[in-house]
Amino acid sequence: MEIPLDFGTLKVIWWGLLGILLLGFALTDGYDLGVASLLPFVARRDEERRLVINSIGPMWEGHQVWFILGGGAIFAAWPLVYAVSFSGFYIAMFVVLAALILRPVGFKYRSKLEDRAWRSRWDWALFIGGFVPALIFGVAVGNAMLGVPFQLDPTMRMSYEGGLFTGFIALLRPFALVAGLLSVSMLVMHGAGWLVIKLEKGIVRDRAAALGAWAALASLVLFAAGGVLLYLNVDGYTITSEVDMQALPNPLRKEVEIVPAGWLANYGRFPWMLIAPALGLAGPLVAFFALRARSEMAMVGSAAGVSGVILSVGASMFPFILPSSLDPQSSLTVWDSSSSHFTLFFMLVMVTIFVPMILYYTAWVYKVLWGRVTTEEATGADGGHAY
Amino acid sequence: MPDLLVADLSRWQFALTAMYHFLFVPLTLGLSMMLVIMEGAYVMTGKEVWKKITKFWATLFGINFVLGVATGITMEFEFGTNWAYYSHYVGDIFGAPLAIEGLMAFFLEATMVGLMFFGWDKLSRPAHWMVTFLVALGSNLSALWILIANGWMQHPVGSAFNPETMRMEVNNFMEVLFNPVAQAKFVHTVSAGYVTAAAFVLAVSAWYLLRGRHVGLAKRSIMVASSFGILSAASVIVLGDESGYIDGENQKFKLAAMEAMWETEEAPASFTLVGWPDREARETHFAVEIPYVLGLIATRSLDKEVEGIEDLVDQARARIVNGIAAYDALQRIRENPDDAAAQEAFAATRTDLGHGLLLTRYVEDPRDATQAHIEAAADGLVPNVALTFWGFRFMVGIGFLFLAIFALGFYFMNIRRNIPKWYLRGAVLAAPLPWIAAEFGWIVAEVGRQPWIIDGVLPTHLGVSSLSAAQVITTMVGFTAIYGLLLFIEMKLMLRAIRLGPGGGAVVPLDGGGISDAIGIARPAAPHADPFDK
Ligand code: HDD
Ligand code: HEM
Ligand code: HEM
Repeated sequence: MEIPLDFGTLKVIWWGLLGILLLGFALTDGYDLGVASLLPFVARRDEERRLVINSIGPMWEGHQVWFILGGGAIFAAWPLVYAVSFSGFYIAMFVVLAALILRPVGFKYRSKLEDRAWRSRWDWALFIGGFVPALIFGVAVGNAMLGVPFQLDPTMRMSYEGGLFTGFIALLRPFALVAGLLSVSMLVMHGAGWLVIKLEKGIVRDRAAALGAWAALASLVLFAAGGVLLYLNVDGYTITSEVDMQALPNPLRKEVEIVPAGWLANYGRFPWMLIAPALGLAGPLVAFFALRARSEMAMVGSAAGVSGVILSVGASMFPFILPSSLDPQSSLTVWDSSSSHFTLFFMLVMVTIFVPMILYYTAWVYKVLWGRVTTEEATGADGGHAY
Repeated sequence: MPDLLVADLSRWQFALTAMYHFLFVPLTLGLSMMLVIMEGAYVMTGKEVWKKITKFWATLFGINFVLGVATGITMEFEFGTNWAYYSHYVGDIFGAPLAIEGLMAFFLEATMVGLMFFGWDKLSRPAHWMVTFLVALGSNLSALWILIANGWMQHPVGSAFNPETMRMEVNNFMEVLFNPVAQAKFVHTVSAGYVTAAAFVLAVSAWYLLRGRHVGLAKRSIMVASSFGILSAASVIVLGDESGYIDGENQKFKLAAMEAMWETEEAPASFTLVGWPDREARETHFAVEIPYVLGLIATRSLDKEVEGIEDLVDQARARIVNGIAAYDALQRIRENPDDAAAQEAFAATRTDLGHGLLLTRYVEDPRDATQAHIEAAADGLVPNVALTFWGFRFMVGIGFLFLAIFALGFYFMNIRRNIPKWYLRGAVLAAPLPWIAAEFGWIVAEVGRQPWIIDGVLPTHLGVSSLSAAQVITTMVGFTAIYGLLLFIEMKLMLRAIRLGPGGGAVVPLDGGGISDAIGIARPAAPHADPFDK
């Protein structure tokens, strides 16, 4: 069969789709993670906690699939990225999984028993299930920008520097920590925006808005700080050999150099890319004022901010996906770590068919469940299926 | 070459997490379907009792479902974390069904399941029924795609090795999708889920009848469970037989191990009912044989032979020698992609590359292999015969047992209209058996294909990530602890919800919850309103 799009174009399209999946995850499940991180602080009594939990109760599960699909899509479209990143971040990945395992169970089991200690334990489990993944995702992105210590041998077998603990501790470099905290604060801001929309006027909503406004400020500062670090302190990578966009994927066929402040070079070459960091700065500002005013516009600001941050990462690193600090030549880029021409095309067809369907029925479910959660709903008046 | 200890640990971890995931999967698959049937009865008849029944089983469904989801997330990422080389080597093909599963199945099921629980008062009856149906559809589609993925590992069609990228690449997706192994696996595994759910509903209802509680709910549930169960058990048996037949064509070592066939017999081969397979002596002690039956099952003929393990090992030796040539040609192509002689040599031997790679377990470079290494590699192709043999027999025994159980249940419920106590007690005791059968089924399927992670293509020990044993042990201890704790909690909540009965498994309010007696409100209507309750 003749494939209507050339290989190089498909690689770029799939790089964009990777971004869209990440955005889908951050904009939807991102607020669930934020709400869960806020849970113990904005809600104290059981009834308050249940209001907060039920504000995301019916929908979070569908949102989480953006994460699962992210895993599956990277596997299908960028097999080397899937292989190197998840095995390279082995212990960090386990911590994320352990935290995420607590989430489904926490929602469903928390209110099943009439026991204060039981419920409080699950509330903390839900908090961990929100806070820890938010933190580690940010730390992982920060590390990806710093470069990961891996190496490919001629058979494409990957190996890493660092053992059980050293490998994990090595992830906690200053820039990566800034990225981790940025990720937490922007998702908390986003979650607070959701609570303002979903809760009725009252103390819980006020607390959420107040904490959210602080988180918005923190996002602004941390994002700016990240930019400064990229300029002063973090090296970027660049391909110095000839690039053949159509080549069969084999990372070892290129030359790579480390360049100080290299992650800012793309903005000089393509000034329109500055839209991304501009959104990353403007969004939190809008969210800050909206949250102060208890306005439902907060989510517009937070969504713009979250998107701006994620797009900035992509814009800075293109065409790199996972640079290697140990052996720069092994770095994974858009041109040399995708799956085959045919698979990229086939999967693009699948995405074009199914993503619109997903968006359609998700919108329908949102519509059915629209409206603020009330105390009656959240505490079991419907025969007990609320959490 | 990767560390063999890490490979073994990773296998244990995969088996542990997958078998744990599969404790929850079958009930999700089957119970979601039964909810569609029960809610269908509600929508058609408008009788409140069916709504109550649906909501009761939905509560139990929910408690089980979340653990299926939680443990599934681990599975999705475990290929990357622990089987990184595998992920690189076959991601081009294997990743696709996993991604499609997310797009087509997980999204549907996970988006609708919230509405299924929260939407009773927000949707019309038919609309809610449709939502329940979409949950069932989503879970069953997810089984389809994951089994297409697993089917490809068992029988890798539609793909070829590419020396430039050092991996398998797809050349025909249709063959991957319509892989006969995957089709047989799908129907067999999904039916196994239906059997599990039917047995579960039957057992809980039988327990209520023994106690004289919730009689109306229990009798109606038994009606649904026994009819649904008969069909499912029949389908499990027919499609299990189909899987066996397909093994005879594709995975001869697995079939020979399932039957502990050491030597090729004259056609038609006899079926060993029970016995003690002895790997050292290569014979089965105390074997009780039924003439002809195996030949019929495996070849569907009276004159084709079923090959025994010794013959298969002999044949494999030649493929391993051929595989050394393939490996050699590949190395020359990697050094000089334009080497025409090497390309020709590779084209002639590429299908045996995997067999050459088997030698990496014994020597660094397959080209240095001695005759002894080749012998060892050929011998290593024999899977664990005793485990495969006995796993298969337990599964099949349980399959026939449940056909009988459901048939009897149907007879007592619908024809005699009176269920004896011994039957009810038996049904309660039999409840764990479908889970045991399903786990054994996976053991047969997965242990039976060792030492391959992709049959004939990639040996298991090469698929593993370059981790340290300490890392894998850490996560294994971690998963065991979390999973152990969650299983304990799940069983506790499940049993509690069953004990409390309809309306009782609900969420309970604590201080100042708007309504202080949700349990009371949701209590079933007065018993005499229901003709089944006498
Ligand atoms: C025959 C059925 C079957 C098999 C062999 C597997 N699963 Fe599974 N899986 C299901 C059937 C299923 C299901 C019935 O559809 C579940 C159980 C509960 C649920 O929500 O869906 C599920 C859940 C589930 C989830 C959570 C989905 C969600 O959020 O809704 C993931 C990510 C996976 N699975 C991934 C896997 C992987 C990577 C497997 C193989 C290694 C695997 N499953 C084997
Ligand atoms: C959920 C049900 C499943 C169960 C209970 C199960 C069971 C097992 C068991 C017992 C092993 C260990 C075999 C051995 O090491 O001797 C294993 C290994 C493995 N299985 Fe499965 N399996 C399941 C599903 C799958 C699916 C659906 C896939 C593919 C999509 C798969 C892929 C693998 C892989 C990659 C390994 C590791 C390599 C190996 O040891 O073969 N499994 N599984
Ligand atoms: C007479 C009854 C049965 C027969 C003849 C049968 C046959 C088989 C065979 C031959 C396989 C191996 C497929 C392979 O090689 O990959 C298999 C696998 C399996 N069986 Fe059965 N089986 C029966 C009953 C059951 C029952 C009652 C259950 C569970 C309730 C069950 C659950 C499974 C599962 C989960 C697998 C693994 C998935 C697969 O490979 O299809 N089976 N069965």
